[in-house]
Amino acid sequence: MRKALIEKASDDPEVYTIDLKDAGDADLVQISSEMGLALSLDEMNALKKLLNRNPTDVELQTFGQTWSEHCIHKTFKGNIVTEGRVVCNLLKSYIAKATSELKKQWCFSVFEDNAGLVDFDKDTVVAAKVETHNHPSAVEPFGGAATGVGGVIRDILGVWGEPIAVSDVLCFGPLDVRHEELPPGVKHPKYIYKGVVAGIGSYGNNMGLPTVSGAVLFDRQYTGNVVVYCGAFGILPKDKYVKDTREGDLAVLAGGKTGRDGIHGVTFASADLSEEAESLRSAVQIPNPLVEERLRRATLRIRDGRLSTGVTDLGGGGVSCATGEMAHRSGLGLTVDIGEIHLKEPDLAPWEIWVSESQERMLYSVPEEKFASVAEILEEEEIEYCVLGKFDRSGRLRVVSKGKVVCDLDLEMLYSPPKVTRRAKEEAYHPARVELEEPKNLEEEILALLSEPNLRSKESVIRTYDHEVRAATAVKPLQGPESGPNDAAVLKPLGDSWMGLVISCGLNPFIPDPYWMAAASIEEAVRNNVAVGGRRVAILDNFVWGNPEREDRMGSLLRACEACYDFSKALDVPFISGKDSLYNESPLGQVRPTLLITGVGIIPDVRRAVTTELKGAGNPVYIVGITKDELGGSAYYRSKGLEGGDVPKVNGPLSKAIMDALTATMDVGIVKSCHDISEGGIGLAAAEMAISSTGLGVEMDLKRIPSQIKRSDSIIFSESTGRFLVEVASERASEFNEIFHGLPGAKIGEVVKGSRLAFMDMGGKEYSIDSKRLRLAWRGY
Amino acid sequence: MKLKQAKACVLRVGGTNCDLEVSSALTELGIGTDVLHMNQAIKKGLSDYQMLVFPGGFSYGDYVRAGAIWGKELVTRLGKELQRFIDEEKLVLGICNGFQVLVETGALPGDGASVSGIPSAVLANNNSSKYECRWVRLRVESKRTPFTSTLNKDQVIMVPVGHGEGRLLLQSQGMLEELIDDKQVVFRYALEDGSPAGGKYPENPNGAIFDIAGICNKKGNVMGMMPHPERAFYGWQLPSWGVAPPEFGDGRAIFEGAINYIKKM
Repeated sequence: MRKALIEKASDDPEVYTIDLKDAGDADLVQISSEMGLALSLDEMNALKKLLNRNPTDVELQTFGQTWSEHCIHKTFKGNIVTEGRVVCNLLKSYIAKATSELKKQWCFSVFEDNAGLVDFDKDTVVAAKVETHNHPSAVEPFGGAATGVGGVIRDILGVWGEPIAVSDVLCFGPLDVRHEELPPGVKHPKYIYKGVVAGIGSYGNNMGLPTVSGAVLFDRQYTGNVVVYCGAFGILPKDKYVKDTREGDLAVLAGGKTGRDGIHGVTFASADLSEEAESLRSAVQIPNPLVEERLRRATLRIRDGRLSTGVTDLGGGGVSCATGEMAHRSGLGLTVDIGEIHLKEPDLAPWEIWVSESQERMLYSVPEEKFASVAEILEEEEIEYCVLGKFDRSGRLRVVSKGKVVCDLDLEMLYSPPKVTRRAKEEAYHPARVELEEPKNLEEEILALLSEPNLRSKESVIRTYDHEVRAATAVKPLQGPESGPNDAAVLKPLGDSWMGLVISCGLNPFIPDPYWMAAASIEEAVRNNVAVGGRRVAILDNFVWGNPEREDRMGSLLRACEACYDFSKALDVPFISGKDSLYNESPLGQVRPTLLITGVGIIPDVRRAVTTELKGAGNPVYIVGITKDELGGSAYYRSKGLEGGDVPKVNGPLSKAIMDALTATMDVGIVKSCHDISEGGIGLAAAEMAISSTGLGVEMDLKRIPSQIKRSDSIIFSESTGRFLVEVASERASEFNEIFHGLPGAKIGEVVKGSRLAFMDMGGKEYSIDSKRLRLAWRGY
Repeated sequence: MKLKQAKACVLRVGGTNCDLEVSSALTELGIGTDVLHMNQAIKKGLSDYQMLVFPGGFSYGDYVRAGAIWGKELVTRLGKELQRFIDEEKLVLGICNGFQVLVETGALPGDGASVSGIPSAVLANNNSSKYECRWVRLRVESKRTPFTSTLNKDQVIMVPVGHGEGRLLLQSQGMLEELIDDKQVVFRYALEDGSPAGGKYPENPNGAIFDIAGICNKKGNVMGMMPHPERAFYGWQLPSWGVAPPEFGDGRAIFEGAINYIKKM
């Protein structure tokens, strides 16, 4: 940096002042870049005006952290200018708007705290949160993924929740990509895959949390940008949710030591990945689940003893963000003595201590008279802690190092970042006509799709994750002795209640139209939840997109947000929490825009949960929903290398009516097994039910499927949304028909003795595929 | 003794994570159960208890070798107490990480000198070199221990495993013969027809010698096993239900056996 711009203010502690007042535009850009602030010129100028003095490096870093995309979601809260209109605040205009209009009494706390909270039963709430950890995982796969899990678990602790399960959705480049195709700075997908899978397993297993839900995807558009979604779920007694930090309370920092790992994690996450990303390895934190396990014990003991008035985890921005947020939330101020903080190495500069994102740390606000009890718990659990300071009425965030004030900021000013304006260009999707000769043999097509990397069993990953620990997993990710797929996981979190928590996910990044991609993802998350018996579903959104400063990226993001509003409303499912990860760009271009929707439902009795395993020969098999010629982005077209075709369009009211009817049939006990129809269409859904079942199979007639389609391949592989395959108790089929009266659906076959998938195609050709062959294709054994 | 007067203690340290489900299984069967951190147990002592459980988890991160650190800590900080507990023929159960810990202390397989701090066996990395979470069949091999008293010899039960280091290895071939002769081999991994897995993966999920999933000491009051009976306690925990789950899972019998023994103490 130009010497005149920076001046040493003090030797010990080592603090600098930055000449912001006299800095021109070029200087401001330089300051932002060299100090790793990731603030734009507009933001630097706004800051210069707002401060009207020369800040210390500690202060400037505080702004860099607090105003980062990662911390305040400036794109989602900014103005979007597009042809003929301006959208102010995507979050308020679409996502949170749907939630507030749905007015669900059972939403306990949404879009406010570290995690979304919804009622579980009358005394208990569920906490849910999903995060991404893409950039760290691209640079250091094991540590990046592991700390992703660690961070989202702390989000649950940060609302006083007891973590009970985790989930993960991972998107990689194809594992067989040739090394020569990779530009410098992009690591081979196989290396990333191995590290990420191991990192997730290591953290979840070590914490004793079951990994119950997830997905693994492969696509070229993830080669430069790996996507790692980590979710965590918890429960807590309603009356123990306390966020009421008072004047005079002590700010107690507990957990791991603070070091140089994870410096500038948030600003790293708020910029494109470049060839130089490797040099930012220090932005990736180091995982230590053992510390977090102890921290969990201590946090829950502190909660149960009612010893604290507030809690938050340390994530992005480290101590600077945690203390600032806690003080600001309660309208208070705080002076932090960073000399108290336990360090991994002695020579950290004040700003480094202040923004380090070292893992496994929590911040509690503790009334002075209760401090001794808190300290006793922390000592028993063998956790290091320190008192950072005392909350006061100043409304300021001050930092003291060795008796000197090195940061003194007005919290209101800190939390009033300038609004950004983004430009968006919306492009309508015009599907190309697809020319494809009808294949002669559907059996080969089914077997090929079953073994396709995106569709095949992920057992080799799933079994390395403990999904049974806590002994509360009623419906598991793999079903029965044959390890078939299930649509969602069911947990029984309480010892004295049969009520279950249903966790599902939906993502359809291959649908090329962003609006319908988002719609299908939402509908699929809900559909998967309902397929096992879930209802009253709440959803979480996680956007992974490219650089929002580019108009086309912003345009598709806008379209996806519009769908979020439309289908949250139509399906009557409120958003309760969300997170966006933008700037997923690499030398290979932008990430495939991906929206993960996580569904959190309940089931009154876990013993009534429905799985994909067939139950009795002679039971009729129904399809419900309409099958349309919607193969755009389908697994079948992708396997043929085809682009184009009509994409699946969600009919919200119809989907909702079908799902409500299905829940009603489950509640009277007439549904014996069920599978949602998604990737690979009816063909794969039926094959997967046969795979799951011992000694039983499915026989069906494609001509009976309610549809206008004439071609066998189109009807069996269509990915129209809103459909299920349902096995109904044979003696109670009339009840099923009654409940589904007026809705599209038909009996298309029945459960048969013998392990096979048998069907007659549109031309009357008969197929029978032994389940052993289906399993060999799908599982690999 | 009356069950109401009896008490069980589930011990934990940093990294232990299966203490709550074990404790609720025992409580369900009517025995008062305390979950104690080692630091609390050292202050309190073990004399109030008739049963001690070392639950699963990753004690101290399983650094060095699974269970090794906690094992050494037990010997040095609570060794005499634990020795007395075992000598009084009270019950000790180690599940998964707890089994690894008991092996590391020397209490299992147990040579009479019990808590020697010198292990004569080890639970090594799984042959698959991966963590394995799956349901396995166990054949009941021995009724020497109270933990199998409610089961039949050769009965096959279903219980899940979840571990990365479960491959039991013994000091010598002679030791295996001795364990077999003394009926210290309690559970073996089995095939669908109930015969021993013969090292076949994944029926034997880790490659343990002689398909051993659980062993006891000579007197039978100390038992360790890799699979988790507390995860097969209720019917709804099973991986496949048919039309509706049964009321209970097979793992419950192991705890019931312990309770019956305590009632007769």
